[in-house]
Amino acid sequence: MAFVRSERPTRRAPFTALKIVIAGGFGAGKTTMVAAVSEIRPLRTEESLSQAGARIDDTNGVERKTTTTVAIDFGRITFDERLSLYLFGTPGQDRFWFLWDDISHGALGAVVIADTRRLEDCFPSVDYFERRGIPFVIAVNCFDGSRRYRVEQVAAALDLDPGTPVLLCDARDRTSAKEVLIAVVELARRQHHANANANGR
Amino acid sequence: MSETGRWYGDESGPMVRLYALTKGRARPVGEYLDVIALVLAGTRPEYDLTLSPEQATILELCRDRALSVAEVAARAGLPLNVARILIADLLDAGHVRVTQPNPPGRLPNDQILREVLDGLRAL
Repeated sequence: MAFVRSERPTRRAPFTALKIVIAGGFGAGKTTMVAAVSEIRPLRTEESLSQAGARIDDTNGVERKTTTTVAIDFGRITFDERLSLYLFGTPGQDRFWFLWDDISHGALGAVVIADTRRLEDCFPSVDYFERRGIPFVIAVNCFDGSRRYRVEQVAAALDLDPGTPVLLCDARDRTSAKEVLIAVVELARRQHHANANANGR
Repeated sequence: MSETGRWYGDESGPMVRLYALTKGRARPVGEYLDVIALVLAGTRPEYDLTLSPEQATILELCRDRALSVAEVAARAGLPLNVARILIADLLDAGHVRVTQPNPPGRLPNDQILREVLDGLRAL
């Protein structure tokens, strides 16, 4: 066994990693928000459509130059050596749903960044998280010069379920982005307690 | 390497080169590795000369601290699913340990969530 030969025995406390998904329309400020709170410069990993997009048996051995690659940007906040929170920005285009599934699988919760100039851009994200029962908050990114709306107006325009938090934020600002993440974790906790009570009685 | 000419599953053995992986297996077989599954190396790459350079890189990256699958992919410059395949092979060969996150619908315990909230507030 390879572990027997290891110089570094790996007996440590269990590690816990959690993830929050940052979604929203193209240019809404997803990567900006990740960058605002991540302790590492946001990283980018890529997935190619020919690999993950279809269940084709690609055994021809020829490098495909036409492959579309989809970038996923993410960051990390480490609370201590055992506990870290990853923030994943969703790929901008809705046609990459399979990648959304990959990122959202088991997520603690999600942020949908809304740009009030293009509010309809976040409909697919809202729909996605509602269908999958993933707790999410709406973060209205207050771009300079964009019209300011009250949170009630945004909630009504998006036809949100009652209880879905709507916050105003500045995705570039660390404190603001932090408050959005706190709202996600608190919502996830509340929903979890509510489910536990409903199932337990 | 297999004598049967097959390149996937158990037949591929512990030593599989990247070109073979990308040709032969589009998706990892076996357990689904979450993007935040944490990978920790238990072996130093110099102990196993049959490792591909990419696998050696992964072991180096995860030597001192557990890194998520996504972070391994990004830092090794590999597409996500290629990194997943290589990590799965390293796992099969006993070179890494992988800690999967909680399955969907199961939150971590409340103590951990409180730690996350406290940690976020302290940022």
